[in-house]
Amino acid sequence: MSTVFTPHHEDASRRGWQYRLHLDAPLLVTLIAVSTMGLIVLYSAGGGDIELVERQLVRLGVAFAGMLLVAQFPPRLLLRMTPWIFVTGLLFLLAVLISGETSGGAQRWLNLYFVRFQPSEMMKLAVPMMVAWYLANTRLPPNRWQLMASATLIVVPALMIAKQPDLGTALLIASSGFFVVFLAGLQWRLLAFFSVLAAAAAPLLWHFMREYQRQRVMTLLHPESDPLGSGYHIIQSKIAIGSGGLFGKGWLNGTQSQLDFLPERSTDFIFAVLGEEFGFFGILLLFTFYTIIVVRGIMISIQAQDSYTRLLAGSLSMTFCVYFIVNTGMVTGLLPVVGLPLPMISYGGTSIVTLMAGFGILMSIQTHRKLLPT
Amino acid sequence: MLNPVHLKDHLFESHLITNRAILLLVLGGILLTILLTRLLYLQVISHDHYTTLSEDNRVKLQALPPNRGLIYDRNGILLAENLPSYRLEITPEEVDDMGATLSALQDIIEISDIERSRFEKLRSRKPGFEAIPLRFHLDDEEVARFSVNRHRFPGVDITAGLARHYPQGPLAVHALGYVGRIDEKALKDIDNSNYRGTTHIGKNGIEKTYEELLHGKVGLQQVEITAQGRIIRVLNRTPPVSGKNLYLTIDSRVQAAAENAFGDFSGTAIAIDPNNGDVLAFVSLPTYDPNPFVNGIDYDDYAALRNDEKEPLFNRALRGQYPPGSTVKPFMGLAGLESGISSSHSKTYCPGFYMLPGKDRKYRDWKRTGHGTVDLNIAITQSCDVYFYDLAQSLGIDRIHDYLQQFRFGKATGIDIQGELPGLLPSREWKRSRRDLPWFPGETLITGIGQGFFLVTPIQLAAATAALANGGHMLQPQIVHAEQDPESSDLVPHQRHLLETITIKEQQHWEQVIAAMTDVVHSARGTARRIGNDSPYRIAGKTGTAQVYGLKEEEKYDAEAIAEKLRDHALFIAFAPIEEPKIAVAVIVENGGGGGSVAAPIARKILDAYLEVPPL
Repeated sequence: MSTVFTPHHEDASRRGWQYRLHLDAPLLVTLIAVSTMGLIVLYSAGGGDIELVERQLVRLGVAFAGMLLVAQFPPRLLLRMTPWIFVTGLLFLLAVLISGETSGGAQRWLNLYFVRFQPSEMMKLAVPMMVAWYLANTRLPPNRWQLMASATLIVVPALMIAKQPDLGTALLIASSGFFVVFLAGLQWRLLAFFSVLAAAAAPLLWHFMREYQRQRVMTLLHPESDPLGSGYHIIQSKIAIGSGGLFGKGWLNGTQSQLDFLPERSTDFIFAVLGEEFGFFGILLLFTFYTIIVVRGIMISIQAQDSYTRLLAGSLSMTFCVYFIVNTGMVTGLLPVVGLPLPMISYGGTSIVTLMAGFGILMSIQTHRKLLPT
Repeated sequence: MLNPVHLKDHLFESHLITNRAILLLVLGGILLTILLTRLLYLQVISHDHYTTLSEDNRVKLQALPPNRGLIYDRNGILLAENLPSYRLEITPEEVDDMGATLSALQDIIEISDIERSRFEKLRSRKPGFEAIPLRFHLDDEEVARFSVNRHRFPGVDITAGLARHYPQGPLAVHALGYVGRIDEKALKDIDNSNYRGTTHIGKNGIEKTYEELLHGKVGLQQVEITAQGRIIRVLNRTPPVSGKNLYLTIDSRVQAAAENAFGDFSGTAIAIDPNNGDVLAFVSLPTYDPNPFVNGIDYDDYAALRNDEKEPLFNRALRGQYPPGSTVKPFMGLAGLESGISSSHSKTYCPGFYMLPGKDRKYRDWKRTGHGTVDLNIAITQSCDVYFYDLAQSLGIDRIHDYLQQFRFGKATGIDIQGELPGLLPSREWKRSRRDLPWFPGETLITGIGQGFFLVTPIQLAAATAALANGGHMLQPQIVHAEQDPESSDLVPHQRHLLETITIKEQQHWEQVIAAMTDVVHSARGTARRIGNDSPYRIAGKTGTAQVYGLKEEEKYDAEAIAEKLRDHALFIAFAPIEEPKIAVAVIVENGGGGGSVAAPIARKILDAYLEVPPL
């Protein structure tokens, strides 16, 4: 008898419930742990408003359901859908720029009559999928022309989103695309070249920034220059975190949070509430969870069986990593204030669904692997 | 040739991506390490610093201003109180459209342009979450109107506080003074920590002199507040110590009678209890209502007071310096007797003028025809100038000065109201040092009849009269009778001060002068006989006329012909009852004309008010 390599769908029954449901246990458990932690912090940040927590719980439910749903799509199907998803997303973005609804000074929302959503959220997944799709069809590492094509795929949607303006999301999407290119073997020479180019372009970027965005950068450098104005957020969040110390002031006992000194404490600055009430060790716990998620994602990427899924899984994991590092860097005063929530913790809608859909893709990649015959 | 087929090298790609993924993981690890270092810096190294900042945020020290002490008269009639006062405040942060809110408010509560501009000024300087006062002293009706409409005005609130009020209005305002907003000038002189939360301070009168007692001690509380400044709870509290209540020596019935007695005249009167120095009435006219000053008097109203020719703001009782005129004669008479220069039998012939030996200038008597031969009694009763010219000439300025000094002319009496002026008792030395001139004999003469350089304040005159009444005890005039702790209600009387006891060589001299003063009022030829006729008690008094307008030697004084402003001041000093003096008064009626006709009746009304009305 000779063993013949016959591709077949794995026999799920042989590999337990995770594979039957297309779920990844380590990822799922950690995600649930983070979400639970988030709800606990949110209850305090919202001043003990249980309805706020309930609404977030519903959102998490929807997001977990979405994750479960996405996990059922085999990667091959995702691969086939990728260009269509990308093009649709691009069209939506165009529609937003032309006739989007304005909320909070930015044009981000598209009203599709049955549902109101932000196409930029869709692009968070569509851009890395598209770049991975494109590069997986070529021989890696990509050559110059392929790199330029990839750059176009990244920069066009990123600029469209930056124009809304939503700098945070634009940066996130750009970095997710960049991770794909980097994973695909971007030459070090070129990386160095582009880094220099980016550094040189910084003054240009400054020129294109809106006044409030410049203000944020200035605030990062000198928060004390305007303690009641733009520096207020960052000063108060540093006070909250710093006064939390190693063990924190205790749940519901953060004076900065409970007495309204901390602005946006249930959304972008919720990390400061965690830091104040649970201290350094509370943060360490959250970071442990986050690290498990990122490491697990990278493991999935490494174990994946083709370049598309490898690139996509790696990019999604690292984007998540950037996501929480940018938020916590901003709240601790290391980075300028860009409007990015703390993933899984901050109160708020659309982004959590996208995030969980991304984890759904990771789970799909992990659980749809073909077993090599024994 | 076939084109080279670029096959995908799956193994190579897998290695490449794995390597790159691990690299990214390492990069992520580095970023995470930086972040953790930052957190350690914030939460461990700078922990104390941020804890302090957080406490500063959370805990505010709030000043609890003490209640200002009340002021009563000697009978317990309220002169200064604290009334609940409502003020309208706006928290700009909670108002969407300030313009619309203000104009809608205008419909139910009157807001002046001044108040509005003051509000705008404060608003531009304070953070949006701080309530800014728009209107003070809302009346009940305005409070009610606002309360009904409150729902229309988010961010607008009425807060209650206490505001000083003077229920008697203008009564005794020059003694009482008033409080006003603390201004920059006042800030320099006060202990700022004790005035945290206090908005008003005594500006003059008793309110100023006794500021420290009346104000009390500020209390403090530590409160936990929200970022909006809302108080969550009180962490600890040191209650304020209320200011002391003050009971004045002033009898508001006597005060009112005195103020009324003046009619339309300007002037001043002081009544003193000769037994202890208590000031029973402290009159300076015209008077004014202190209440508008409490929260900042309207500019036009203030200008009107300031520019008033009669100078209502001038505290005549404390700072008015007048020539004593003939009221000095009893003191001069005593000086003569006690120094042995004259006796009660010494007689002088009065031809209507006096000439210094060897000079031809005539020093006129008020009575052109002269009084004939006069002794001390007649000289005082009829106020003969020539007798006193002669006496002054015999005494000499040095002895006059030394004797009158015992009655503390030329020296502040030390009454417990700030701002008293000392008057002027001229002397050789004074003239040399201040004027750089020698003393001329003629100046001695006019000093003898209370003219020339000689200036007295009403308080001095009253205190000296009291000393005449009580047998030579110069008492410090005192206006605060006692202080009271509002919590315990214990009354602590203030110490009275005996300044000086005038040495009496012979009791008889004293009696002779008082007898002469009695004749001023009760004898048929006394200059103040008109007040003595129907008096149920016996009064000792002395009239006086102080020249405002210098007459030339041959000019005749004609009250009708001279503008009122230049008319003589009318003076009268008196005490009663003679047998057991209870009250001594000094009355000065500005441009009143004759002491006997104008000032004495006023004094009589003051005496009546005190002696005739049963005590409360």
